[in-house]
Amino acid sequence: MSVRIAGAGLQTTVQDLGRVGHQREAVPAGGAMDRLACRAANLLVGNDDDAAVLEASLVGPSIEFLDDTLCAIGGGDLEAVIDDTPIPLWHPVFVPRGARLRFGQAVRGCRAYIALAGGVDIAPVFGSRSTYLRGGFGGFEGRALRSGDVVATCAPSPLSLAIAAALRGRTPTVAPTPPAVPRVARWSLGATLRPRYAADVVARVVEGAHARYLSEAAREQFFGERFRLSSSSDRMGYRLEGPAVSLDKSVELLSEGVAFGTIQLPPGGAPIILMADRQTTGGYPRLGEVASVDLPLIAQLRPGDTVRFRPITVGDAQRLYLAEQAELSQMRAGIALRFSHGRTA
Amino acid sequence: MRFDPLGDRAVMITLGDAIDEATHRRVRSAVARLDARAPRGVTDIVPAFASIAVHYEPAAVGGDNPYDTIVGMLEAVLGSETNLAPPPPRVVEIPVCYGGDLGPDLDEVAAVHHLSADDVVRLHTKGDYLVYMVGFMPGFAYLGGLEARIATPRRRSPRTAVPAGSVGIGGQQTGVYPSASPGGWNLIGRTPVALFDVTRPEPSLLATGDRVRFRRISRADFDAWAR
Repeated sequence: MSVRIAGAGLQTTVQDLGRVGHQREAVPAGGAMDRLACRAANLLVGNDDDAAVLEASLVGPSIEFLDDTLCAIGGGDLEAVIDDTPIPLWHPVFVPRGARLRFGQAVRGCRAYIALAGGVDIAPVFGSRSTYLRGGFGGFEGRALRSGDVVATCAPSPLSLAIAAALRGRTPTVAPTPPAVPRVARWSLGATLRPRYAADVVARVVEGAHARYLSEAAREQFFGERFRLSSSSDRMGYRLEGPAVSLDKSVELLSEGVAFGTIQLPPGGAPIILMADRQTTGGYPRLGEVASVDLPLIAQLRPGDTVRFRPITVGDAQRLYLAEQAELSQMRAGIALRFSHGRTA
Repeated sequence: MRFDPLGDRAVMITLGDAIDEATHRRVRSAVARLDARAPRGVTDIVPAFASIAVHYEPAAVGGDNPYDTIVGMLEAVLGSETNLAPPPPRVVEIPVCYGGDLGPDLDEVAAVHHLSADDVVRLHTKGDYLVYMVGFMPGFAYLGGLEARIATPRRRSPRTAVPAGSVGIGGQQTGVYPSASPGGWNLIGRTPVALFDVTRPEPSLLATGDRVRFRRISRADFDAWAR
């Protein structure tokens, strides 16, 4: 099955959960900015977590379905519409051949994830189908999608086929031809799994090895003030504007590893949050790392949106993360159970 | 050896605070052990000058406190003795065409040090360089061992585009730009060899711990190689 890109949108790329094991060669991990949305959208169409999806930013693409396809849209609300039907987030949708998906305004968040049953079929580079734009490799020819590109999907899993069959069967008249309008499932992602994207968020931060370079006053400032996302932010890093945070005294640090969510403090005092396409190492002092469960909120911020930081212990951050993983697993098991019966051959 | 959280999915192991060969050997020997007996859940091991970042998946590590669990497992693998001999280094030779339009700053570097261009090339090719770490951009190696007599401050205004393969000197450091990028180093030559190639199973030509030698080649050799 495949889809044709009829309009590219601002920046639509193929992404999965990123590259593992090549950071020592300075190959960025990359992958979806909002990992939860990527995983949840995949789960809703019966894909594995790490199937490749389309990540659309701020201005969504226009996509023509060349075959009947099961899809789901997660992440930020970019006002998805298929033909004339508004498509809710976090629901499986059966899309008939010939239908066209379009987007409107980014009303909440800024990145939508379009999962297609089977996942995007593109040769992995270093074990991942994620597009690394700066390096020009991975994903669709190492670049953002353009109008006219045709994106194929891998063979859908039996679960994907069962979800699609259930939706297709729910036609008012049992017609031999597939439905001409999209069918939205009545069930959807559990409410507690849906991130509460907002234009002003609180992100919890695990402090690390460099916390000791921060004076009590500077720490209070970092955890007390509001920071605004600068327009010079991209998949590599989010630059923050606000009160300058200053270290007690200047420190000379050696370059070393960084992580998704590392908050760097360059000499100017304006923090930078390292995101999916971050470099593998950095030499600036680190204020800490955003807790994994709060990274989706950061990933969905738009320029001008604001964030406040709160400290959290690594133990608490991991408990929240593990709880989220458990909930995703339960959701996955529930879907598998629901569609394991009454499947037609 | 100190362990600190690098967020909730990575741990930073600090083994020193200086760029020197003794610290580097400790890093390499620790990486060799981690590679041989990676604790469950480890996804990436990123060595640097004096530290190792270990990325992991908390759910795969298991337990209610994955951070404590992984630190315990890392301590067990690394033990108390971190001075075991690291694996022998590879020696990688990098052919370089020096000067001309491929090394536009060679004459300036020579002039700064009151040397001839040939002297600079001789000193640069005589060096025995050590890859302390790979970082910054795919395939970029931080090299130690630059002859002090040709150490040259970065250019006052960086170039907006430095071609891939450019060999430069920036302060005490020398190195090769793996891909085209902006850069402030003094460019003394260029190699036709790809420092980073996504089609290779090991995409980066250089790895932490490698020994590097530069060898002078002619423009004709460079052109033949590049074809």
